Amino acid sequence: MYRISKEKLNDLYAKINETSGLYIPVKRAGEVNYAVWGEGKEVSLETLKTVKSPKSMFFPQTENMMKFKTDGKNIEVIDVREQFDERRPFVLFGVKACDYKAIEVLDKVFLGDPVDSYYKMRRETTTIVTLACSRPEESCFCKVFDVDATAPQGDVTTWLDAEYLYWQANTEKGEALTALVQELLEEGGETEVATQQAQTKAVIERLPFSNLDLSRFTPENLNALFNEKEWEEMSEACLGCGTCTFVCPTCQCFDIRDFKTNEGVIRYRCWDSCMYSDFTLMAHGNSRTTQMQRFRQRFMHKLVYYPSQYDGTYSCVGCGRCVNKCPQNLNIVKVIKTLGGKNND
Amino acid sequence: MKEVEMKMLERAKALLESGEVARVVAWKKGDFCFDPSPAVFESVEELDTFVYDWFCGANLSKYLIQIAKKEGKTAVFLKPCDTYSFNQLVKEHRIDREKVYVIAVECLAKLDVEKMKAKGVSMIESVEVVDKDVHVKTAYGEETLYKPDVVLTKCETCNKTHQAKDEEIILHERPERDVNRFAEVEKLEAMTEDERFAFWRNQLSKCIRCNACRNVCPACSCVKCVFDNPASGISAKANDDQFEEQLFHIIRAFHVAGRCTDCGECSRVCPQNIPLHLLNRKFIKDIDGLYGEFQAGETTEGKTPLTSFTEGDVEPKDVFNGEAK
Repeated sequence: MYRISKEKLNDLYAKINETSGLYIPVKRAGEVNYAVWGEGKEVSLETLKTVKSPKSMFFPQTENMMKFKTDGKNIEVIDVREQFDERRPFVLFGVKACDYKAIEVLDKVFLGDPVDSYYKMRRETTTIVTLACSRPEESCFCKVFDVDATAPQGDVTTWLDAEYLYWQANTEKGEALTALVQELLEEGGETEVATQQAQTKAVIERLPFSNLDLSRFTPENLNALFNEKEWEEMSEACLGCGTCTFVCPTCQCFDIRDFKTNEGVIRYRCWDSCMYSDFTLMAHGNSRTTQMQRFRQRFMHKLVYYPSQYDGTYSCVGCGRCVNKCPQNLNIVKVIKTLGGKNND
Repeated sequence: MKEVEMKMLERAKALLESGEVARVVAWKKGDFCFDPSPAVFESVEELDTFVYDWFCGANLSKYLIQIAKKEGKTAVFLKPCDTYSFNQLVKEHRIDREKVYVIAVECLAKLDVEKMKAKGVSMIESVEVVDKDVHVKTAYGEETLYKPDVVLTKCETCNKTHQAKDEEIILHERPERDVNRFAEVEKLEAMTEDERFAFWRNQLSKCIRCNACRNVCPACSCVKCVFDNPASGISAKANDDQFEEQLFHIIRAFHVAGRCTDCGECSRVCPQNIPLHLLNRKFIKDIDGLYGEFQAGETTEGKTPLTSFTEGDVEPKDVFNGEAK
């Protein structure tokens, strides 16, 4: 294990930036989100939860997929993949354990058959440096989904305390990054990390949502859960906005549209939200016509449909962003408490 | 606030029991002491989860567009600022006034848990407000915050009084304060064009286009928003860091100009804390200046500056040239 003094972190970022684009939590206009690092940017590793999760690194909120140019009867298709992300390879720095687990959730979708080549390209050229949590808060419930916030995986795992950032490589990519910044690192930190981990684990045990009961969310209960009368009451205050889906690290739905420009047609995709009235709109109309149905879709997807498809893995990682950000305080925890199982009281 | 809550609960029970109303629109308890949600109560039993506390900042008026269409009468608890939105919706024929029973409730400014957390308070277990002190018990100990520092932004400069009521539950009158709700707008006006552009560019670049501001806005009551309509030709879901895309918020401010009551819900719900209310306040300030003081939602009838013409109206060219008085 290595360590680097907090005062030297800027040197570390600069060193990484010499060969890779660096995405890191940056404060802008009061809020912390992942952004490209540059001199003068206000990095905030201490922020527990960025507003948007790092998923936009691999699955941007909006991205162009291809361009078409028509000339008489000829259509020229332009592959735009070579043009974007000029600064590849990337280092994604400061990913929390829950958000790292979320990337694994996305991998199953985008790297499974059929492979999403846009996602795959970004994923393969990115080195992920995770950061353990030391100050979890009341909205956190990653423990419920077997996430260890004190020992996130990734290519490199780091821990932060008042004086140092501790550093441990886990993979070949991680070793390569370590070699690149070796001159800035010094050995040590095992004891400090172990102490911090023990302290944080004790806090996690005491968190109010750490022991939610998910036992009823099984494929066998799909119909019973779908037909629960509580969905009406749980969704009645829902505004139908997309906040929960857009701050969620695992929400993966997108829409593909064509956009006409003076220089041909651009086909782009952008995040979609099951909370929206035109979500999955088809020629015959919409399969979900009420907000209750849209609300139910979101939580059934996270807790029942996704696990049914992917060996029981839930597509919630307990980051708690929806708990903090829903304008009317609706969230997945309330759904789990209402429908999850007997031990939720 | 506990006393007010008890009186509200009593009235909700009585109204439901007597059958005077079919339902009560209010707030229900969350998992913490700071996360209540708007809720509809249709029976006395359901009132077990009723709550009215320092975190009931949500404006319930817009929910009435749908809920008041149901069979029977609907009772609703409205804070002073909420009654302006309610009146405006009645004026625009979105709510049938006859079908709603309005109980005006005291407010005294609501708290913003995000601002409290930003002061370093976490793992909040209970909150008690005594005058300007907010006593917070947390898992780590006790702290006292200064209330004006941690109220919702929309409450900071509020001087509103109830404009609609069938009855009231007010135990403490809020003292009239000397506040200027346009102070932040004036700061923006004092900037150079470039500075102002940079300010909004910086703020709006955070937008994730979740539409929370639009969906919560009582003035945004179109049955189908043009931006959600695939047939409109300008349907827009993509969020883009282009300023064109961010014109969304300015278009929205134009659309609600003259009807926005300054309830401040847009800024309360923004997940990126973009001060969207400042766009609306700029319009309100300009309308006040160009047509005489006007407050949307004060009444349910009468003409409004932007929907009535008088010969003395300001000329558009004078506004454009900055020569309007």
